[in-house]
Amino acid sequence: MYKIILSFRYLFRKRISYLAFLAVALCVFIVVVVMTVMTGLVTDFKRKNRNFVGDCVVGTESLVGFAYYGDFVEILEQADFIEGVSPVIKSYALISPVGTERSIGVEIMGIKPVEHNMATGFSGTLYHRKGDVSKAFEPAYDPNLTGCVVGIDLWLVRDAKGRYSYEASPAETALAVSCFPLTAKGALAKAGVGMINTKTFYYSDNSQSGLARVDSSLIYLPFEQAQLLCGMAGPVKRANAIHIKFKPNVKVEDGCEKVTLLWQGFAEEKSGEKSAHLLEKVTVQSWKDYRRAFIAAMEKEQTMMTVMFALVGITTVFIVFVVFYMIISHKSKDIGILKSIGVSNANIIKLFFGFAFLVGLLGSGVGLFAGWLFLLRMNRLENWLFEHFKFQLWDRTIYAIGDIPNQMDFRVLAVIVLSAIVACLAGAFLPSRRAASLKPVETLQVSQL
Amino acid sequence: MRDGFILSAEKIYKSFRMGAAEVSVLKGVDLAVKKGEFVAVVGASGSGKSTLLHILGTLDTPDRGVVRFEGRDLSRLSAGQLSRFRNKMVGFVFQFYHLLDELSVLENVFLPTMAGKGIIGWFACRGWAKKRARELLCQLGLGERANHKPYQLSGGERQRTAIARALMNEPRLLLVDEPTGNLDSATGNGILNVFEKLNRAGQTIVMVTHDERIAQRAGRIITLADGRIANK
Repeated sequence: MYKIILSFRYLFRKRISYLAFLAVALCVFIVVVVMTVMTGLVTDFKRKNRNFVGDCVVGTESLVGFAYYGDFVEILEQADFIEGVSPVIKSYALISPVGTERSIGVEIMGIKPVEHNMATGFSGTLYHRKGDVSKAFEPAYDPNLTGCVVGIDLWLVRDAKGRYSYEASPAETALAVSCFPLTAKGALAKAGVGMINTKTFYYSDNSQSGLARVDSSLIYLPFEQAQLLCGMAGPVKRANAIHIKFKPNVKVEDGCEKVTLLWQGFAEEKSGEKSAHLLEKVTVQSWKDYRRAFIAAMEKEQTMMTVMFALVGITTVFIVFVVFYMIISHKSKDIGILKSIGVSNANIIKLFFGFAFLVGLLGSGVGLFAGWLFLLRMNRLENWLFEHFKFQLWDRTIYAIGDIPNQMDFRVLAVIVLSAIVACLAGAFLPSRRAASLKPVETLQVSQL
Repeated sequence: MRDGFILSAEKIYKSFRMGAAEVSVLKGVDLAVKKGEFVAVVGASGSGKSTLLHILGTLDTPDRGVVRFEGRDLSRLSAGQLSRFRNKMVGFVFQFYHLLDELSVLENVFLPTMAGKGIIGWFACRGWAKKRARELLCQLGLGERANHKPYQLSGGERQRTAIARALMNEPRLLLVDEPTGNLDSATGNGILNVFEKLNRAGQTIVMVTHDERIAQRAGRIITLADGRIANK
């Protein structure tokens, strides 16, 4: 009991204890804020990627695509673990507003909007047709025209606060989309005869996935039209990918494994067919593997942050070590007194460990509270800074970020608090051992007073 | 306990290293204290009397020799047993009081009882311990000072607090190191009265002092000179 009482008294009645306490609180505050923002950004980025891709993708990198996709879609649609399946055409194209000389290089995705919405979060990215995805390619100004959905950053400009100035209804705009159609062997389908396919589409909606690269370079086209443009609508029709969404109770890894088995059986079954060679390069990937190139960079940043904060943790250990060393030097007389009344070496160590635990617990509690308070008001603070000083953490005209993420993850918080306590105990370890090894006769001598 | 001796020291040697030189402080000290005795150890400054007291109370260990308490060789006790020995059997009173500034006077007094118990044990005896600590403080004239901090007390009051703490666990042996060395004569006299009263009640006391007049208050005087007992 005396260990608890003395720990509290040492903490609250020794000014030097405040130094250790503040060091821990400050470190926890910084780590909570930065880790919350970083984790929020990564989690948000992953969520958006999954929303864009679905759970699993069967596809090939080749622009030639693969044949017999329709047969495999039928197999997938019959599987009890699958909720949605969407075949997709992917290629590159040049778009130019009709009547202008201007051309922009873009990626095109040919989709069947209803099916694609079953496999991904497509409808949620739309603005005008959010409520009725089946009409995504029907321009409101003339439903008989063939529409296209344009990545929002290709169409609208963001203001400094990251807001788009949406139009009340889509403006009538014709876009000429030009593609290089490829044969099943990968050769230019129209070599020597104009080379390209061009078709005019009418702007029907914009899509905001929240992924900067997608929103600034992607145009959705009706599946069949995209297939024609890319030369994939021959006798043996081809597609580039099939996006799949699993039923809610199916784990992504398990679902991908099952799809892989189905694909292997399917590819074997089709091995004798004319275009079977196109199936060889098809892979089955989870959404995470499919978007690995983008997610890995973000995860790398998060790992680097974690390493940096591990270094901050080591600094905390050192600060606590120095403070405890000083406290124990000041308290050597107390240690002698305690030993003279029968306190054992182990209990001296426990006393200072208890003190360190308290410093860690209360310091991290205060740091956590301050971090929570700061996160709660961070966006308001950033807005205020922007309005008064034009300061922004992330330039919203460049980064596809709305509010700065401030949702605290309780698992991350628990790890931070535990780490702070462990850091304090580690910092107190050597000084506590030194305290325990002090000889009472040396500490109780007159020269110590 | 042979021949009624509660404490005995046989051929105690102790030396300290001071720079390159080795200084022998105790050179074969023999000492025996009977139960209920009040023994004063006198000697000039640096004669080794405080060192002897620390060795008798197991705060220090001799280079050679044996200290027995109630017949038990204290050098054979483990670290845990020595801590329990200091907690239950011995009470120390130091010249400079050595009270914990973070605790109140009352808390300082019941600290040995608290230190000897776990949390559950302490909660079981907390009422008794606080009552006894208050009684001791009242007996020593400090009833009104229980909630003060040591730094709010005079030297005499601090020393009486230290005596109350030493008596808290009803030790069989009280080891007292220059108890009046830091007090004026009137206050010191009051402290010595307390020891006399305790001794009359049966408390065994070993007191070291450099002052012959103070030593006269004890039942027996042992003189330490040149690291040896000059008389018994």
